[in-house]
Amino acid sequence: MSARFEPVTGRYLHLDIGGRAHRLYVEEAGQGIPLVCLHTAGSDTRQWRGLLNDPRILERFRVIAFDMPWHGKSSPPTGWQDETYRLTSQAYADLVLTVCEALELDRPVAIGCSIGGRIVLQLALDHPDRFRALIGLQSGAHVDPYYDLEWLNRPDAHGGETCAAIVSGLVSPTAPDEGRWETLWHYMQGGPGVFKGDLYFYKIDGDIRKEIERIDTTACPLYLLSGEYDYSCTPDETLDVARRVKGAQVTIMPGLGHFPMSEDPQGFITHLLPVLNRIAGESG
Amino acid sequence: MDDPIDRLMHAANAHAGLVHRGRRLDTTFLLDSGNASALVQIRAGRVEAVRKGPFVMPSWDFALRASREEWAQFWLPVPPPGHHDLMAMIKRRALRLEGNVTPFMTHLFYFKALLASVRPGVSLSAIAPLPNDPEPAR
Repeated sequence: MSARFEPVTGRYLHLDIGGRAHRLYVEEAGQGIPLVCLHTAGSDTRQWRGLLNDPRILERFRVIAFDMPWHGKSSPPTGWQDETYRLTSQAYADLVLTVCEALELDRPVAIGCSIGGRIVLQLALDHPDRFRALIGLQSGAHVDPYYDLEWLNRPDAHGGETCAAIVSGLVSPTAPDEGRWETLWHYMQGGPGVFKGDLYFYKIDGDIRKEIERIDTTACPLYLLSGEYDYSCTPDETLDVARRVKGAQVTIMPGLGHFPMSEDPQGFITHLLPVLNRIAGESG
Repeated sequence: MDDPIDRLMHAANAHAGLVHRGRRLDTTFLLDSGNASALVQIRAGRVEAVRKGPFVMPSWDFALRASREEWAQFWLPVPPPGHHDLMAMIKRRALRLEGNVTPFMTHLFYFKALLASVRPGVSLSAIAPLPNDPEPAR
């Protein structure tokens, strides 16, 4: 195979988030409507490599993905060694809005998966005016804990092995091996306690079951896509959100799991393109 | 009638990568399927013995308990969603993990692959990273 560069560029953005200086890793490709991509808990921007390389998307969308602080190539803030990382609903929403503002994005589309799929519901609730459309992958209003989260960060257990093994069954058994193991490699590389800290938002702080009926999809369209093999946020849980949010558009994706854009990028994009076409059409 | 448990020892020990993944593991666990149970003894990643019940005063580190129907679904060549993975079964409260869970949680990839190893036509390399060129155990 001859050597080639992808159309993706990666740069470091310096900005204040929540009053602290951060160095954030940001990737982008394409031009047009800004499409901000939010990765899952304990992972990073590499999950979005399929979208960042798809010419059908890049001709109309400026695809932007960033590693959350503590994730991927975005370091934790100075002094991290003296604190416990714990993501809250407020901090996560502020992070997304701050990055969009720093990049001077004009009413972007945001697409998020898992914790990202949860925060787009929160953004739909509180900041519909800031977005052109919101897309939630594996979006649910709440997930009950089903294992002791302590296992994700114990000095006597290999964190990378444990985090990846906990989530490995969330990848569809029919996913291509390449996508499966790329996705799980990201989990093996997460910093100690980071996945666990994200799940504080996912399983405890970010419960919005009582609020989602207030989402107004006439203010900002909401699209939900969920893979059928996901047992963390099940298709039924996504369908429940769709039932309760008037006007939400839902797609259940057969043969996909909890990480659709990363475990099987091509399979996922066939489900995403009609949604993007509609958003691009409505944007004139 | 075919009992997948009868194939467990051979299926596991035939896979050098799986044995290697368990090279730091010594444990005995109870596999319970409602009206039947088995004690699986593992030493340095090898399944040393599989003893089938009923037992008087069985001794084990941890137990995996699910109904016979749940295990049958898990062992189908292509298990349906929610039946395809041990954590998926735990999430649905269809599988109960009891006892000292440390050996199980520190070797989660090992146990996912071990239990799936008797699934007809399974490719264990889709379930756990299992190098086919492991370094010799030390």
